[in-house]
Amino acid sequence: MGYVLIVGAKSDMAKAIARHYAENGYDLYLASRQSQELEAFASDISIRTQQTAKCIELDILDYASHPSFYAALEGKPVGVISAVGYMGKQEDVQSNFAETQKTIDTNYTGIVSLFNIIADDFEQRQSGFIVGISSVAGDRGRKNNYIYGAAKAGFTAYLSGLRNRLHATNVHVLTVKPGFVATKMTEDLDLPEKLTAQPNEVAKDIFNAQQKGKSVIYTKWMWKWIMLIIRNIPEWQFKKMSI
Amino acid sequence: MALDSWGKYPQIQNKVFSFDQNKTLPDLLDEQDEWIPFGNGRSYGDSALSANIINTKPRNYFLAFDSHNGLLHVQAGVLLSEILDIFVPKGWFLKISPGTKLITVGGAIASDVHGKNHHVAGCFSECLDTFRLMLPNGEIVTCSKQENTDLFHATCGGMGLTGIILDAKITLKKINSKNIDQTTIKTTNLKETFEAFEKYKDKPYSVAWIDCLAKGKRMGRSLLTVGDFSNDGDLAYQSKKKMNVPFNFPSVALNTWSIKTFNWLYYGKTQKGVSTQKVDFDAFFYPLDAIDNWNRIYGKGGFTQYQFILPKSVSYEGLDEIMTTISHSGKGSFLAVLKLYGPANENYLSFPIEGYSLALDFKIEKGLFELLNRLDQIVLKYQGRIYLAKDVRVSKETFEQGYPNIGKFRALRRKYKMDQTFNSLQSRRVGI
Ligand SMILES: Cc1cc2nc3c(=O)[nH]c(=O)nc-3n(C[C@H](O)[C@H](O)[C@H](O)COP(=O)(O)OP(=O)(O)OC[C@H]3O[C@@H](n4cnc5c(N)ncnc54)[C@H](O)[C@@H]3O)c2cc1C
Ligand SMILES: NC(=O)c1ccc[n+]([C@@H]2O[C@H](COP(=O)([O-])OP(=O)(O)OC[C@H]3O[C@@H](n4cnc5c(N)ncnc54)[C@H](OP(=O)(O)O)[C@@H]3O)[C@@H](O)[C@H]2O)c1
Repeated sequence: MGYVLIVGAKSDMAKAIARHYAENGYDLYLASRQSQELEAFASDISIRTQQTAKCIELDILDYASHPSFYAALEGKPVGVISAVGYMGKQEDVQSNFAETQKTIDTNYTGIVSLFNIIADDFEQRQSGFIVGISSVAGDRGRKNNYIYGAAKAGFTAYLSGLRNRLHATNVHVLTVKPGFVATKMTEDLDLPEKLTAQPNEVAKDIFNAQQKGKSVIYTKWMWKWIMLIIRNIPEWQFKKMSI
Repeated sequence: MALDSWGKYPQIQNKVFSFDQNKTLPDLLDEQDEWIPFGNGRSYGDSALSANIINTKPRNYFLAFDSHNGLLHVQAGVLLSEILDIFVPKGWFLKISPGTKLITVGGAIASDVHGKNHHVAGCFSECLDTFRLMLPNGEIVTCSKQENTDLFHATCGGMGLTGIILDAKITLKKINSKNIDQTTIKTTNLKETFEAFEKYKDKPYSVAWIDCLAKGKRMGRSLLTVGDFSNDGDLAYQSKKKMNVPFNFPSVALNTWSIKTFNWLYYGKTQKGVSTQKVDFDAFFYPLDAIDNWNRIYGKGGFTQYQFILPKSVSYEGLDEIMTTISHSGKGSFLAVLKLYGPANENYLSFPIEGYSLALDFKIEKGLFELLNRLDQIVLKYQGRIYLAKDVRVSKETFEQGYPNIGKFRALRRKYKMDQTFNSLQSRRVGI
């Protein structure tokens, strides 16, 4: 069925997604920093599922390397999924510009740089799917994480535009907006159990939505309604709130 | 989160830690003074219990497989059931497997587990090529029968007290079917049971279910099942959906009467004499795994398994005396399993010796430990020993007498300062 390129493959969410795609017959390119640390994970996938899983080095902030990274893939992927992201502590991110920049570049600029290249290739081949993991944090800026949220909002808008551009060429773009997910990113936070998804639930949701050709999904599903309410709170009221 | 063992007794508070990569484990080990590794909690007693637990089950990657020689490299948290799910359809099986497949490879090594084929194939260490162990100082050593042999012999059967087993290479065996050609022999007393074991000892797999409440001339009546893999080429395997015991049974559910009725039904429904069947390997090796949480039938007070082994020359006399003592006590055991074992190996604390072993499940209740103490004395009189993987109460004195290599084990623990890092409730109790 061809290769799926998973970017940010060391994240717990990405690993669950990788497993799910391999179980459904896809081979994998697993791209990450220090990719040798993923070798054991890749062997595990290959032995469990009989699919090929290759680990490839990629730093999403090293924009100049992206064209050669993509060119070096023998057998172009049938789809790409990005789980790259960075969420620092808000106090640091707002007070230290290096942190601000890292947040914006990791969640937005870097992925855009890579997706631009892949979009051109898919457009030309008139096939493929592009999945971006954005966040509900991009739906409205909150004082607790508005720089991360702003970067995700930018990414959401980017994906929407890309979907619009590629629609005519049969390339499918899916925007994923997770609510809370139990991963390394959130292990120090006290998350409400009912609203928190496990990585493999997110993986299943993404796989199903991608296979069905959906445009935007929230996961868990109730976040769609939670965010509808949050988006509709009038600004004069929202600005006084702490959520 | 507090982790229990399979017997749900004792229940203690513990803190559970896990690690992402081998290289972060030494820092974790430095955080607390006392640790015990935990696999899938299928040991019955307190082997894997301590205030601080290292949960090794999430470390469950398959690392490599060589289809030429069946050598499989896995992390220690891989369950035997995961190995079977993947490899049975390809015509491979575990060389050694205990009566549950829901244990980790680490747990299989740490208890040097054995299966129905012990009399011909030995313990789990026989299929073990190498494993890597993290010592208390954070060093990772490779152990095999050729390399770091003292650590190999101490760790196989060493109950997690020598360090954390990280990964292992084990050899699988070829099979040509997922099915077993099984023969069931119904015997009417202990003497017949022993004769049947001897008669069928060339069969690679054998075990007897024994009715421990039968008295007088019926004492020791059993159903012996023996078998081997079929040759019918049927490898189509998918693990089945399981039944579940959703909550702890009330404590009255299991009493002498219900056990008698069960034994009567189970024994009674089997055809007299010798009969043959074809069953799949799950039914043959892992009948209890078909029911999730079956340990809940003993209620929330928990249960234990008493498993001992006696040298072959005195097995008959010893079992006779033990069975008589049990049936007079009126305490029934729902599950009582008898098996003939082959010779002992060189590992310091492996349980098997050549002879007969009996395993009995008992609900924890008043008077039980007094009965088991009495049984201990009989076991010692006949120079037998108790299996740590099932144990929750044996005394230091009883334990030591059964294991002549205990001195070597203790010395090695001291040498590597393992005694200052790895301890379980059990190791403290029996002083190892
Ligand atoms: C229904 C049933 C049937 C059974 N039948 C048999 C049988 O036929 N034969 C037999 O021999 N046993 C049998 N057992 C016992 C079982 O096989 C052992 O207790 C086994 O060790 C359990 O493995 P686990 O992964 O659940 O480990 P746990 O119970 O979690 O731990 C067991 C021991 O292994 C140590 N350990 C676990 N992982 C590691 C690691 N990575 N590194 C170092 N130490 C580790 C622990 O510290 C502990 O001492 C049976 C148990 C059940 C419940
Ligand atoms: N967890 C949640 O509650 C939640 C909610 C909404 C959205 N999300 C989004 O879901 C995605 C997955 O997140 P997660 O929760 O699984 O967290 P995570 O483990 O922190 O995943 C982020 C991944 O991005 C990678 N990454 C960061 N900088 C990189 C760089 N310069 N180059 C290459 N890779 C880089 C990280 O790699 P390293 O391992 O090398 O650092 C990590 O694997 C992210 O986009 C996140 O924003 C998460």
